[in-house]
Amino acid sequence: MGAIVVKSVRKRYGELEALAGIDLEIAPGEVFALLGPNGAGKTTLVEILEGYRDRSGGEVSVLGVDPRGAGADWRARIGIVLQGTAIFEALTVGELVDHFAGFYPAPRPVGEVIELVGLAEKREERCSRLSGGQKRRVDLALGIIGDPELIFLDEPTTGFDPAARRQAWDVVRGFTALGKTVLLTTHYLDEAEQLAHRVGVIIGGRLAALGTPAEIGGRTSGEAIISFRPEGALAESPLPEVGAVSEKAGVVTIRTSAPTAAVSALAAWARSLGVGELPNLAVRRPSLEDVYLEMIAAEDGAPREEVE
Amino acid sequence: MTSIPQTATVTGRGRPGLLGLCWSRTVVELRQFFRLPDAVFFSFLLPVLFVVIFSSVFNEDIEGPPGVEPVPFPQYFAAGMIAAGIMSTSFTALATSIANEQHNGTLKRLGGTPLPKTAYFAGKVMLALITSALQTTIILSIGIAFYDMSLPTDPELLGLFAAVFVLGVASCSMMGIAYTWVIRNANAAAAVVQPPYLVLQFISGVFFVYSDVPRFLQIVASLFPLKWMVQGLRQVFLPDWVAVDDYGGSWQTEWVIVVLVLWTVGSLLVARRTFKWDRSG
Repeated sequence: MGAIVVKSVRKRYGELEALAGIDLEIAPGEVFALLGPNGAGKTTLVEILEGYRDRSGGEVSVLGVDPRGAGADWRARIGIVLQGTAIFEALTVGELVDHFAGFYPAPRPVGEVIELVGLAEKREERCSRLSGGQKRRVDLALGIIGDPELIFLDEPTTGFDPAARRQAWDVVRGFTALGKTVLLTTHYLDEAEQLAHRVGVIIGGRLAALGTPAEIGGRTSGEAIISFRPEGALAESPLPEVGAVSEKAGVVTIRTSAPTAAVSALAAWARSLGVGELPNLAVRRPSLEDVYLEMIAAEDGAPREEVE
Repeated sequence: MTSIPQTATVTGRGRPGLLGLCWSRTVVELRQFFRLPDAVFFSFLLPVLFVVIFSSVFNEDIEGPPGVEPVPFPQYFAAGMIAAGIMSTSFTALATSIANEQHNGTLKRLGGTPLPKTAYFAGKVMLALITSALQTTIILSIGIAFYDMSLPTDPELLGLFAAVFVLGVASCSMMGIAYTWVIRNANAAAAVVQPPYLVLQFISGVFFVYSDVPRFLQIVASLFPLKWMVQGLRQVFLPDWVAVDDYGGSWQTEWVIVVLVLWTVGSLLVARRTFKWDRSG
C-alpha cells in the first residue's frame, strides 16, 4: 500500500475549482516532487495531505490514515517543512529544536539534527539573528526532529546558496536511504531532477504529467534542441527544412526528432553560403525545465519566461 | 553536515505527557516574553510608571464621611492599577502575541506537530498568570513602600485578593484569546487591542474616582470584567466607607465573582467557536 494514496481529490473555493480530481499514489521510500506554477493547486493538495485543509471530494490516505481530523499519533509520524513561516525568534537554535523534540514520542537526538542541517556552530545563536538561509535550515531541522516516516518539504531550499542547497539535498538523500518517504514541492527543476524518483506536474488543478524526471514529456524518446546564432550571410538566407524553428534574442532554436540529419543539413546550408562554422552551435536534449515551461506555456496559451 | 545514523540513539519514551508539554510551552513563553525588551516594557512596566506618575500628580486625600480617616489617592489608584495591570499582562499581551502567531504561521507550524492545542493555551495562560503576579507584586510593593498601603490581615480579604487575582487573569486571558477573532491584520494588532483596554480603564474608574464616572458609562463599565476587578481589589485594600461613597453602599463581592466567572466561561465558549489556527495565508 502506498505511503500516500490520493483518489479523485477535489477542492472548491466557491466558484473556483482549485483541484479538479487528482489521482496519485506515492510508494513508501519514494521521493516525489510536485511541480507547478503558483496558483496551480500544489499547495492546496499538499495541505490536504498534511491535514491543514479539508477536501471537497475524493479519498485521501496518508500512512494509512485519513488526514481529515487525524490525531497526535498520526502527526508524530509525519514531518512538515513549511515555507515562509516564522519560528520562535527569541529562542536559540538549540532551545527551539529541543522544544520541538519534546512534542514527539521518539525524536532524533537534538545535537545530531542540528549538525545534520549544518547549524552546529549556530546552536547557541538566537533564531532572530540567523540569515534567511539559516532559518530555512532550522525549518528543515524542525521537520525531521520527530524522526518521521514521511516528510513534506515545501520549497525546502528557497533562499539557499548553491552549497547550502547541495547540503540540504544530502540531508534529503540521507533520509531516503533510511527508507523514509519524501513529498517535495519545488520551483527548482534541477532540484526535482536531482532528488526525485518521480515528478508530478500540477497545472490548473490537474495532474498534467507524472513520471520519472527523464520520462516526463517523453524526454527519452522525444526531440532534441539545436541552437545557433545566425550571423552575416546566415541571417539573410532562409533556413533549410529541419524542424520547428523559433528565434529569440538572435538565437535560432530548432526542435527536431532527427538531430543528426538536421545538423548535417544546416552544415550543408552554411557551406553553400560560404560559412564554415555555425556560430554558437549547440545540440542538446530538452531539460525537465524546457518541457515544464512548454507545458505551462501550452496551458496559458502564451510563452512564459520565468518559472515563478 | 554529516550523514544520518541508521537508528536514532534516543529510545522511544512513549507519547509525551500533557502536563510536561504545558510546562515546556510555559518555559518557552517566558523566555520569549523576557527576551523581548519592548514587550516587557509596555505590557509590564507601563502600569508601574502610571502608578508613580499619577500618584505624584494627584497626591491628595479622598475625604470620607466625618470621623473616618481619609484615603490617600495613591492608595485608591494603586488598587485600581493592579487590576489594570492584570488586564494588560493577560488580555493585551495575549491578544497581541496570539494574533501575531496566527498571522506569521507559528500556530500553523505548531498545528503540524503532535503538540496538543491545550498545551499551547496553557502556556499562554501560565505566562499571563506569572507576569500578572510579578506586576501585582511590584505595584503592591511600591504602594506599601511609598503610599502607606498594607496587605489585609483578615483571611477573608486575603482570600478575596487571591480570587480576584486568579479570576481576573482567567477572564482577561480568555477574553484576549477570543478577541484575536477581530484582529484581521497582525500589523494592526496593537491598534485593535489597545482601545478597549484604554476605554475600560477610564470608564472603570482606574484613573479617577469611580463615582465621578458618568452614570451611563458606569453601566457600560459594569458589563466588562475590569470594573469588577477594580472593585474587588478596592475592597481588599481600602476601608469599607469607600464602598458607600463609590459603589452604592456595598462592595457587591458576589457580583465581582459572578461577573468574572461569566466572562471566563463566555470567552472560552466564544474562543472555541471562532479561534483560527492559521491566518498566515
